[in-house]
Order: sequence, then structure tokens, then C-alpha cells
Amino acid sequence: MAKKDQRMSETETEEEETEAESMSESESGSEEQKQESKGGGIDFIMSLPDVPRNVPPHVELQRTRVFANIDAPTHTDSIQYSGAFASVGLDNSFRLDQFRNNFRVEVIRFSDDGMDMEFDMIGIDPALANAFRRILIAEVPTMAIEKVFIANNTSLIQDEVLAHRLGLIPISVDPRLFEYAESNAPNERNTIVFKLHVQCAKHSEEEKGQSKKKKDEKKVPPRITVKAKDLKWLPKGSEFYLESEDSNSNSTSKSKTYTSFTCSQDSLPEFSNIKIGFKEPLDDINIARLGPGQEIELEAQAVKGVGKTHAKWSPVATAWYRMLPEVVLLEEIEDEDAETLKEKCPVGVFDIEDIANGRKRSTVARPRACTLCRECIRGGEEWEKRVSLRRVKDHFIFTIESTGALPPEVLFTEAVKILESKCERVISELS
Amino acid sequence: MEHGSYADNSNATFSLTDEDHTLANAVRFSLNQDPRVSFCGYSIPHPSDNRVNIRVQTTGAPAREVLKDACQDLMMMCQHVRSTLDVAVADFKLRNPPKEDEDTDMK
Repeated sequence: MAKKDQRMSETETEEEETEAESMSESESGSEEQKQESKGGGIDFIMSLPDVPRNVPPHVELQRTRVFANIDAPTHTDSIQYSGAFASVGLDNSFRLDQFRNNFRVEVIRFSDDGMDMEFDMIGIDPALANAFRRILIAEVPTMAIEKVFIANNTSLIQDEVLAHRLGLIPISVDPRLFEYAESNAPNERNTIVFKLHVQCAKHSEEEKGQSKKKKDEKKVPPRITVKAKDLKWLPKGSEFYLESEDSNSNSTSKSKTYTSFTCSQDSLPEFSNIKIGFKEPLDDINIARLGPGQEIELEAQAVKGVGKTHAKWSPVATAWYRMLPEVVLLEEIEDEDAETLKEKCPVGVFDIEDIANGRKRSTVARPRACTLCRECIRGGEEWEKRVSLRRVKDHFIFTIESTGALPPEVLFTEAVKILESKCERVISELS
Repeated sequence: MEHGSYADNSNATFSLTDEDHTLANAVRFSLNQDPRVSFCGYSIPHPSDNRVNIRVQTTGAPAREVLKDACQDLMMMCQHVRSTLDVAVADFKLRNPPKEDEDTDMK
């Protein structure tokens, strides 16, 4: 104990000295201090009464909130390092039980068709939330048209543009029922075949013979809009035959088509209850417009893929998150100022409540609606002192808009599973 | 693929193919929370290579084991996220029963 006391008195005197001395010398002084504290001095420092035992409140606020100041956001980083708070005796290392206790999910809403979903994820790091978002957009597989075999296309849309449009149509089928085609031949396990054959009627001979005047009297000539629902699923595979080298010799055996299905897809148990195709309202997507006499005849093959390769395989229209906004009134805002504040906010975050003697006071009614436009703290320094705009760093408002292949909650579960399998891959490669 | 020295296995760079920020940033987060780690970071050497390099330096433990533990932690977190979400969604659907046409969607 006496030794410790001595050390304390030493450090104290040194501090006094360094304060009095010039800059260059004070640096060397602090080095000496460091060297001294190496010899188990940290335990002694921790035992001093005025050393904070926990993260001080202002640091805690900076750790958990982003501050949206008038000029720029501050304290935007998330503190991940395990020893970040070692100086106050707080262990910042990862503990699973702690994560389990803090992590929460709250579902906010589902859209009427169940394909849009908003939920709050609380108590998770942006590194993970962002990984889920990135996987949702780029790595959760779906089925999309990849190959188009055009037999006839006399429409105004060029073949390649038509093929691209077909590729982008979302197909309502569970991609988990299929395998990746990779270099395998298209079969009933990895490919869906669709047929499109539409023709717009020509003007009849009678109409052609009519004089120009009479033609003008006729109503608009027939036109056809080709919709996604005109694509017909071919469960037995392609109906187009491959051109054989000599067609005569092979007439007895079955001719080969562009797919090698061993059986019809509707005979497979997993497809027995469902009809692969385009679900309302997505079956109403325009593919092309046909004028009189124009025709499109084609076959399209849909395969499994991920959004990383091409956005047509992305299962979400988009998936995004934002951090929960927090609006704090730092002082009472009353009467005219309260009215001004209410007027300032374009999304109606603030409200006014009546207090005694006919006076009014500002309240924060809808902080969740805040877009952090900072309009409320514009207009002089006094407003910056009245209102504080923040974001909660570990509270994510996550929105998923599915394109229809799978409901959003299933997509999210799939995304989490994909991250798990990535970790598993690393572990198994290192073992 | 691991790049380190035979003499000192506490520092190493791991080169993961077919991965990007998605995994690397999550692993870095997990590594940073491990008290055995003195330094960690990742880089993508070239944007058109599908590869990330993860650098792990520890205070003595083998870097390979520390990285494996970090991945293990991530997996445990993912499992918890998944089960929590399932419960929350089931809860929400119970409180707000879906309309009849939604039942068919769920199949």
C-alpha cells in the first residue's frame, strides 16, 4: 500500500511539473508516465474513486446516436473495437448472451398483398444489417427468363429488345424448387419453358378493296397488346425441334427438342398444386404491341440465378433500411415559437399541446416521420440550441419490397441463411 | 487461402474468393469485438477480381482460429436473428389475421 501511495504522489508531482513546463518537455513527461504505469499501475488507477466506472453519459450518447447537425452529421461511426472502453473498465467484446438479450424484431406492416413488409431490427450492428440488405438484393436466387428462341417476330420490337423485356418479367414461382442450371442441359429440374404465340388479325380482303374514304370511316384498325399472361407455361418442355443433320434417317425415333425433360413438370409432386406463371397484377405487364398482320412466336427458358449476375434475378424491387430518427427538444418551446416550429417541419413531426393559462408548447408527436431534412434547425443559432436531431445507431427500419416470387419474410430468412452458409464455407476451408 | 509465416501464426492474411464487402465487413465487425485481436481489416485488391483479403493480427492466438471463431459468432448471431424474425412475423400475423386471398400466397 505504501508503495502505491508513493507512486501516486510521484504521478501527481509529475503532472504539476508538465503543466508548468513547455510543450516539448511535457511530451517527454507523459512518456515517463506511460512507462511507469506499465508496471501494473492500471489496476491502481482503476481503483481511484474519481475514475468513472462506466461509460460517461455524453460518451454513451455519442456511441449510440448519430447527431444530425446543421452543417454535417457527427459521431457517425459505430464503435466495434473490443477495447474501446477499456479505460473505463468496460468490456466492449462480443458476448452472444448480451446480443440475444438486446436483439429485437418488431413487424410494423405488411402490404395488402403481403409482398411489402416493414420491420424494425433493434440491437444489431450496421455491418450485419447491411450484409442482409446486400444479400437480399444481389444473392437471393429467383427464376428469370434467360434464353429466348424466336421463331417469328414481325413486330416493331427488335428480337434483342423483346428478349430483354421478357427477361425482366418477374415469375411467381418458388426458386427453392429448382436447381442451378450451370452447364447442364435444360431439364425439368432447372428450367421453366414458356411459349408465346400471338398474331394480330390482318385487314380482311373486303376491307382492303374499300375506297380510302370508306376506310377512314372505319374504326381504329385492330391492334393487340401482348401481356405477360400471354406467355403459356409448357410443363412438358420445349415444343421446338432441333434441326437434325439428316432428317430422313431419323424419322422413326423421337425428334429432339431444345430441352431434355424426362417427365412433365406437372407430374412432379412439388408442382402438383401450383401453376407456374405470372401472378396478378404482374400478369398485366406489357411485352409488345402488334399491328395488323404482325406476329410473335417464341419460346422462353427461365433458369435460376442471382441478382449479382443480372438484376432480373433480384427477388426484391428494392430492400433498404434507415436508422430510427430521434427528435429531442432541448428546451421548452412555447407560443409563437411553437407555431413556427410546427410550420417549419414539412412532414409534421411536431405538434402543439395546450398548457395552463392559454399557453402552447411544442411536442414531438411523430419522430418516426422525420427525414432529417434539418429544416427545423435552420434559421439561426437559437434553433440549433432548441432542437436536436439524432439517429439511433442500432435501430434499423428495414423495408423489403418483394417482386412476387417469395413473400418478404421468407426472402429475409433466405438472406440470413446465405450469410450463414458463407461463414460456414470460411470455417470449413480453414479447418 | 492463408498467407502467413510458419514461425508466427498470430499474424495472417486470408484471401477469400467469390466474396465481397457483404461477408468481409461482417467478419471484420465480428473480429473487432474479439479481445484477442490487435488488428484486423479487409481490402478488395481489384474491383474486377471476386476476392477479398482479410488481415488478422492477434496478441498471440493463432489467427486462423480467431477468424474461425469470428465466423462462428456471426453464424450464431444469424441463427438468433432468423428465429427472432420468425417469432415476430408469426406474432404479427396472429394479431393481424391475413385476408383470405393471402393464404394462397403463403403456399
